[in-house]
Amino acid sequence: MSEREERVELTVDGETIAGRAGQSIAGVLLAAGRTHWRSTAAGGRPRGLFCGIGVCFDCIVTVNGVRDVRACQRRAHDGDVVLVQGPQDEGRAGEEP
Amino acid sequence: MTHVVVVGAGPAGLAAAAAAAEAGARVTLLDGAEHLGGQFWRHARADDDAPRAPRLQHAWSRYRALRDAVRRECEVVLGASVWAIDVSGERAVLHALVGEADGRAREPRSWRPDAVVLATGAHDRTLPFPGWDLPGVVTAGAAQAYAKAEGIALGRRVVVAGAGPFLLPAAVSAATAGSRVVGVYEANPLRTLASGWLPRAWRLAGAWRKGIEAAGYLADLARHRIPYRVGTAVVAAHGRERVEAVTIAALDATWRPVAGSERVVETDAVCVSHGFLPRLELPVAAGCALSAERFVVVDEDQRTSVPGFWAAGEITGIAGADAAIAEGRVAGASAAGAVPDPRALRMRARHGRFAERMHAAHGIRGGWTAWLTDETVVCRCEEVSYGRLVATLRHAPDAGLRSLKLATRAGLGICQARVCGRTVEELIVAERAPGDATSDARPLAIPVRLAELALGEDATPSQRKEHDV
Repeated sequence: MSEREERVELTVDGETIAGRAGQSIAGVLLAAGRTHWRSTAAGGRPRGLFCGIGVCFDCIVTVNGVRDVRACQRRAHDGDVVLVQGPQDEGRAGEEP
Repeated sequence: MTHVVVVGAGPAGLAAAAAAAEAGARVTLLDGAEHLGGQFWRHARADDDAPRAPRLQHAWSRYRALRDAVRRECEVVLGASVWAIDVSGERAVLHALVGEADGRAREPRSWRPDAVVLATGAHDRTLPFPGWDLPGVVTAGAAQAYAKAEGIALGRRVVVAGAGPFLLPAAVSAATAGSRVVGVYEANPLRTLASGWLPRAWRLAGAWRKGIEAAGYLADLARHRIPYRVGTAVVAAHGRERVEAVTIAALDATWRPVAGSERVVETDAVCVSHGFLPRLELPVAAGCALSAERFVVVDEDQRTSVPGFWAAGEITGIAGADAAIAEGRVAGASAAGAVPDPRALRMRARHGRFAERMHAAHGIRGGWTAWLTDETVVCRCEEVSYGRLVATLRHAPDAGLRSLKLATRAGLGICQARVCGRTVEELIVAERAPGDATSDARPLAIPVRLAELALGEDATPSQRKEHDV
């Protein structure tokens, strides 16, 4: 079977979302009908995809424990655990050991 | 043997790598993405032989020829984010992290080549307007990328707005991906567009492919029954959790909204771009001279002001893929120590005037600040409003860009002012006389994790591969 037809499953804040292998994490989220996933630190405003090419960092998520991963740039892998980021995460040490 | 490193695998970088290899150099081609082709030929890696959306790809056979050439002749390193260029020694050293985007355990690699070709491209510039930070408002580039690579329509009823010929393919992409495109709104009035494109139009004859491309897009707009309106703009987006409607207004020639012309249109996705900004991090890190218009200055062989550095494509001026390929071929051959192919020189000359024309026809005009309100977010990362910026400027009339950034945090967030930098500069100019500071210099070309830097410092020889001749 080609990579194109293979499915991947992510958990996004505990919910299972299926996508196609080769898609970005943002692509899987958008295809599942989610338009926003991050909340801003100061205003708690919803954010999602904006530039789509890795420049604006608006779409960042935590992937498998690593914070600030650009969802538009990172390819989705089966079993990825994705957490949305919000004001509650500010100042958390994140992935640094 | 001359070792040439090419940074960026879009049309310019692919052409440069292929030309350098053809001229006998050893070539390393680096790109941060997982696929070759850059944004112009954006596609999913699995679709490399047959793109998911073939109707949205231009000159795909050209891509395949360049791709096959570089795969055969060059060392290709994908997922390579070049984060620093060290020019302190006799030969420049390029430092990259190789691996999954923003991953934790990327491999640090560095190269010390004889020649570097920078072909890092450009990204959309979007001016702020009330509500532009709502989910569902994206750049036209994002709409293109997601239609091309993932076949995703970003909304059911899509509005495309801003300035420039790139709005047309963005609208066609959205329609092809399954959206209903309510309209395409170009800010410049017909008079401005005509004054840019029409005078001595025969001089554009060499760039006939662009004309055919534009005609094709206009035919597609007609086929999809998408109206194209000039002298109009999206001046506000409305919604709670995501965009639900926009206000569209007529603009005067300076882009000031015409009072009373506003109307509200329901939409669930808005694609907005007002032009492009070159990705200057690496040229600036290398010390390359920039023009007054803030593009990399190159000579007839695409040499920059810094010995050992060449530049090609959109970082030398926004002129499209054909010009980028021509410039890449010239740069690659010259970097390899060969004489550039006269056909590439001729092709480049034919596209030379395109950039000026585009700026004259579609350039940003200063009246746009009239659609801002005090609450409009200017810096998306740090959530700094227009009102706060202006109040700070008025409170400290002598403050420069740096003080303004420190006082408000505008431009100090995670995108490193890539989105708002030019806008903040222009707002200062609008308030008072221009300063000479810019937002282009970034100590690190991309955000790097502290742990990865530490790994780079202490890395054992097996972890840290120095690629030398």
